[in-house]
Amino acid sequence: MVPTSYYLILSAVLFGLGVVAFVFKRNVITIFMSIELMLNAVNLAFVAFSQARHQSDGQVFVLFVIVVAAAEAAVGLGIIILTARNRQSLNVERVDLLKL
Amino acid sequence: MTPQLAIFFVLAAIAVLGALSLILQRHPIHSALSLIVVMIALAGLYLLMGSEFVAAVQIIVYGGAIMVLFVFVIMLLNAGAEERTNVSKLAGVAGIPLAVALLGFLAAAIARSNEPAQAGLQSGTLANTKEISMMLFKDFVYPFELTSFLILVAILGAIVLAQREKS
Repeated sequence: MVPTSYYLILSAVLFGLGVVAFVFKRNVITIFMSIELMLNAVNLAFVAFSQARHQSDGQVFVLFVIVVAAAEAAVGLGIIILTARNRQSLNVERVDLLKL
Repeated sequence: MTPQLAIFFVLAAIAVLGALSLILQRHPIHSALSLIVVMIALAGLYLLMGSEFVAAVQIIVYGGAIMVLFVFVIMLLNAGAEERTNVSKLAGVAGIPLAVALLGFLAAAIARSNEPAQAGLQSGTLANTKEISMMLFKDFVYPFELTSFLILVAILGAIVLAQREKS
């Protein structure tokens, strides 16, 4: 039997690595992937709590999170294609039109 | 060490190494493949917890659909290795302590939580999927219908955003 706290700690570690990737990476697609990593970490915590408390709510929430992640990936990648076409670059530092 | 604990540590190590590889790889396609490894390892962990439905959805939707979309866009845009700039060094200086602090807070919260110290997760009853579907179509039926609307809007948004300008 694996204690629930092990799953939660793994979830926290994965979330922290996602945050590191989010602030560290310069490629907009990789930044987007680190968001998916953070969503996955949260899903792990949801399922762990759901199984620990013998309630299925958490797994239904995971399903919703996955659906939202899919919608987000579709729209976000559309935006990425558009900016890449307009600026000829995927580096987030080159997309600074709103900066003073 | 029980076999479950051994499997947990192997899968957890694969997931953490995959996440590290996502950060350390310079080329986005390598990062994407690392993220697929993380997702497969997480699907294995879901199976270990006895939530076979979430494991299947994880592989089909995340590993199969979302990551294929990412790889497709990376190849479509012909994304090369990312360049390092001064700002990315600044992000490292500010970001890593922040991420470590976040991780410390989370670990402290988990350690202090008064979660009942149960023996651990019960290996799943196989009626789990049935229970989820009953819940999804009874208690959560309105949110479920709303997600279908969300997906419709996302499809329209993706088409509108990615279509070529008519000259």
